[in-house]
Amino acid sequence: MLKSWKSIEPYLLVTPQTLVFLLFLVFPIATIFIVSFWEFNGYSMTPGFTLENYRNIFTSQVSLATYLNTFKFVGLVWFFTLVIGFPVAYFLAFYIDSLRWQIILFLVCTIPFWTSNIIRMISWIPFLGREGLLNKLLIGIGLTEQPIDIFLFSDFAVVLAMVHLYTLFMIVPLFNSLMRIDRNLIAAAEDAGASGFQVFKEVILPLSLPGIAIGSIFVVTLTMGEFVTVRLMSGGQAASVGYLIRNQIGSLQYPLAAANAVILLIVTLAIIFAILRTIDIRKEL
Amino acid sequence: MGLKKRSPTFYILAAFFILFVLFMYGPMFAIFALSLQGQNGALTFPIRSFGFYWIKSLFLQQQRIGDFGAAFQRSLLLGLIVMALTVLIGLMAGLAFRRRFTGSRVIFYLTISSLIVPSVLVSLGIGIAFSLLGIETNWYSSGLAGHLTWTLPFAFLIMIGVFNRFNLSYEEAARDLGASEWQAFKEIILPLIAPSLIGVALFGFTLSYDEFTRTSLISGGRNTLPLEIFGMTTNVTTPALYALGTVTTAFSFCIIGIAFAAFQFFSRRQQQ
Repeated sequence: MLKSWKSIEPYLLVTPQTLVFLLFLVFPIATIFIVSFWEFNGYSMTPGFTLENYRNIFTSQVSLATYLNTFKFVGLVWFFTLVIGFPVAYFLAFYIDSLRWQIILFLVCTIPFWTSNIIRMISWIPFLGREGLLNKLLIGIGLTEQPIDIFLFSDFAVVLAMVHLYTLFMIVPLFNSLMRIDRNLIAAAEDAGASGFQVFKEVILPLSLPGIAIGSIFVVTLTMGEFVTVRLMSGGQAASVGYLIRNQIGSLQYPLAAANAVILLIVTLAIIFAILRTIDIRKEL
Repeated sequence: MGLKKRSPTFYILAAFFILFVLFMYGPMFAIFALSLQGQNGALTFPIRSFGFYWIKSLFLQQQRIGDFGAAFQRSLLLGLIVMALTVLIGLMAGLAFRRRFTGSRVIFYLTISSLIVPSVLVSLGIGIAFSLLGIETNWYSSGLAGHLTWTLPFAFLIMIGVFNRFNLSYEEAARDLGASEWQAFKEIILPLIAPSLIGVALFGFTLSYDEFTRTSLISGGRNTLPLEIFGMTTNVTTPALYALGTVTTAFSFCIIGIAFAAFQFFSRRQQQ
């Protein structure tokens, strides 16, 4: 009796969580997949099997441009979060000696994660707007006479806000990886005559790759389906697949939105698999 | 530490770190300052006068700034529900994962996959599924479901990390002394992991309270607070918008503060 209880106990304990994901993740995505093959006659959808929705996407210049623009955002945001996140995590892990300060500064970096993204986007208005600080500064030092409109409501603003929002998703896994590096390895490399740069290149960088991989996966998935930042920071002028999906839902074109969502998911998963094939992250889990 | 201390690299990296912190917090503090203006305040610098006009206007509804109060109550309630469910479900899953069992890998990857699926798919999927099943979407049904797909993976990862470092011999000792399964859980496991549960609760509440994308298509007719604020960005052109930002961020900081205080309290009690 006791033995059989022991063997079913983990299954009972894990049931609620599994149910949540089966009902609200697997089932909805399966539904999207099915609906992406349904027919759409301009105002309602009917069950069926057609490749028309996919054909529409692949033959439309507009949607192809939208996909390209999304990849542009993903690439830029990934690049900047890595270039900003690495020195920050590196500084925290290797240049702060006391654990207490390490924890405090790490918390300083992560607290914005627990505040509202929308508010953090809005907070760029006083800086980037026509009357914003950046324009005043540029006029003040004589670089321009007319205020520049493109700061707010532009691709620049979209990328800036996304980097602002998502850099900590790069910092946290990176910091975690860097903290796990055995300090004796560094001492050994130094004893063997390696310069500071060589230690960095031969020891620290390779061992931080799993952290870079996890951070990159986070940043890529977050940016891939983005539509809030794109809508808010571009004033509705920039395009992204997430925003396209949202607009299609707004006009009740569910099958088209579903087909776009399927493609978006496939592309995202392909990028993740590519990352995982290059870098082994199992040690980090 | 092996690396040279206070080298030029240190100062360069320290300067970079300070710039990063400014980049993170600067804009936020700018809107705090701009929200504390008098009636003649505007959306950009310079600050024209000091006052609480815009903060007050939020609560007195002098401005047409949407239904801030009701949206806040909804988000608060939803956050508390999500928090309770996240702690409970995450704890149960964590307990299950103390030992390997058949199928544990599948469930592990299922949970993690929720983090790497773009959020817009969760929203769209739940929306379409509900509409095909003929169920009305609502913040407390479909919205709640969307939030759980976001909070549970974080809770799960924290719990796995906690139980990986957990010494099983404590509870085995308790059992050897004749404690029942429930007693061992209540007297040994729970006090030991209490600080981590506070962390899970913080994730559960704040991720739900600030969640936008996974809620946006499935909140039904009544908005949560982030959705309400998003709506305002297009039609509110006064510092009332910043006042709203200040108030909700202050609220978030309070929650973080309470969580840290509770964390300290439980950690200290554990050491005694």
